[in-house]
Amino acid sequence: MSAAPVLLEARDVVKRFGGRPVLDGVSLRVARGETVVIIGPSGSGKTTFLRCLNHLERIDSGAVLLDGTSVGYREGRRGPVEQSPREIALTRRRIGFVFQRFNLFPHLSALDNVAVAPRRVLGLPQPEAEARARQLLARVGLADKEASRPAQLSGGQQQRVAIARALAMRPEVMLFDEPTSALDPEMVAEVIEVMRELVDEGMTMVVVTHEMGFARAAADRIVMMEDGRILEEGPAAAMISAPKHDRTRRFLTQITH
Amino acid sequence: MAFGAVLLAADTGLNFDWGFLSQSVFRPSQVFLHGLARTVYISVLAQVIGTVGGLVIEIARRSRWGPVRWLGSTYVWLVRGTPLLVQLVIVYNGLAALNLYRFSDVSIGPVVVLGVVQAAVLTLAANEAAYMAEIIRAALDAIDVGQSEAATALGMTPAKTMRFVLLPQAARIVVPPLGNEFNLMMKSTSLLSVIGLQEMFLTAQAINSATFKTFEIFLTVAIYYLLLTTVWAVVQGWIERRFAGPVARVPSPSMRERLFMVAAR
Repeated sequence: MSAAPVLLEARDVVKRFGGRPVLDGVSLRVARGETVVIIGPSGSGKTTFLRCLNHLERIDSGAVLLDGTSVGYREGRRGPVEQSPREIALTRRRIGFVFQRFNLFPHLSALDNVAVAPRRVLGLPQPEAEARARQLLARVGLADKEASRPAQLSGGQQQRVAIARALAMRPEVMLFDEPTSALDPEMVAEVIEVMRELVDEGMTMVVVTHEMGFARAAADRIVMMEDGRILEEGPAAAMISAPKHDRTRRFLTQITH
Repeated sequence: MAFGAVLLAADTGLNFDWGFLSQSVFRPSQVFLHGLARTVYISVLAQVIGTVGGLVIEIARRSRWGPVRWLGSTYVWLVRGTPLLVQLVIVYNGLAALNLYRFSDVSIGPVVVLGVVQAAVLTLAANEAAYMAEIIRAALDAIDVGQSEAATALGMTPAKTMRFVLLPQAARIVVPPLGNEFNLMMKSTSLLSVIGLQEMFLTAQAINSATFKTFEIFLTVAIYYLLLTTVWAVVQGWIERRFAGPVARVPSPSMRERLFMVAAR
């Protein structure tokens, strides 16, 4: 692990769906500026874990801490109590989230998709919010698409708008949930490139993905999940070339063959 | 009008007064036009208030607090479970009979709003709100859950998510059933005759008892209701096209399709 201070920490997170544990005590520490890639077979809990990190899912026990403060819970008289939606929203401003299926707002233009949160959540004046949005659209290579509606954009373009939308809140950490899985193969590269630029700029990132090219080139660490637990984790290069567990080796062969 | 002629062929022994019909259709009396105007403005007012009320009820039904959800659900259950006609009589006559509340005429500037008109708008709106709550519920449920998740992940509170992300999308889905509701609303105003409100239907009854031209006068009434609902169909089509935006893939039906159900697809 790097010496930089821990920004995002999961402590023994347990999550059950109808009694069945999907996360069975997951702990992870992500340092400021670090990029962690989470891999694992489907059903291993990696997406659920990512969603717990910004409280899109409640957790049954354990804790998620952003810079030392709890995400979604406060201390009650008998253990942790969920915060009010308003309090949780304040924490979520600091965490960007990119969805597998983009989830752009179909009634808004690309520009408004990016500007809506700075305007309505941070309360920036409209010209300022739009200036910020224009700058971000340019950064993801879509300066010419600001008037387009999501339905008029390709999958890769939509995902780049979605990344710009998350960045517009100037988050301290970005979470990516299989950002290229819903894309046609030829559009994967343009999204990966934007993500790599973010890594280069020092953004703290947690990425659930099977894009091992990205993991090899940009990740500091790789975490392998299976059955709601972390099976093993380590520096990206070591995990890819010499995983400790046979299960990890087989999984890597399957996704890279 | 051809069917009228066949129905009332000379040998039936009835005498259908074509002159009276064309007189009442093309040169309606002041009283009749006044009734028509009431039908229109009461419908519009009740629909607007009912739509806003429906939104409030549906938001209550999605509240974090159980008692608030219960209030919303109970309201919808009560209102949808009883006939509008009964509600009208309870609100206007029942409350007065119990000495609970008596609707009295109110002057707003130069306009006098009759007590019976207040009761009518209130009851129609209260009734409509329950149905609109159901329509808005269906529209909100039709929106992909990823939309509220995306808004939530950006740090929007539930209220902001509703206002800036969900409602604008729900509005589009609501327009066609809302059009249906307003069509029903205009026709429902004929029920207001039971509380003695001189709208189009009761006016026609008054003309009928003075002239005994029952068929002619109620045919006139039918023609005017048809005129109102047709004008509304045109307005609704215009609203749907305005709302559609580039997201719509299925075009709104044209007037011809709407009237004769001839789909051009």
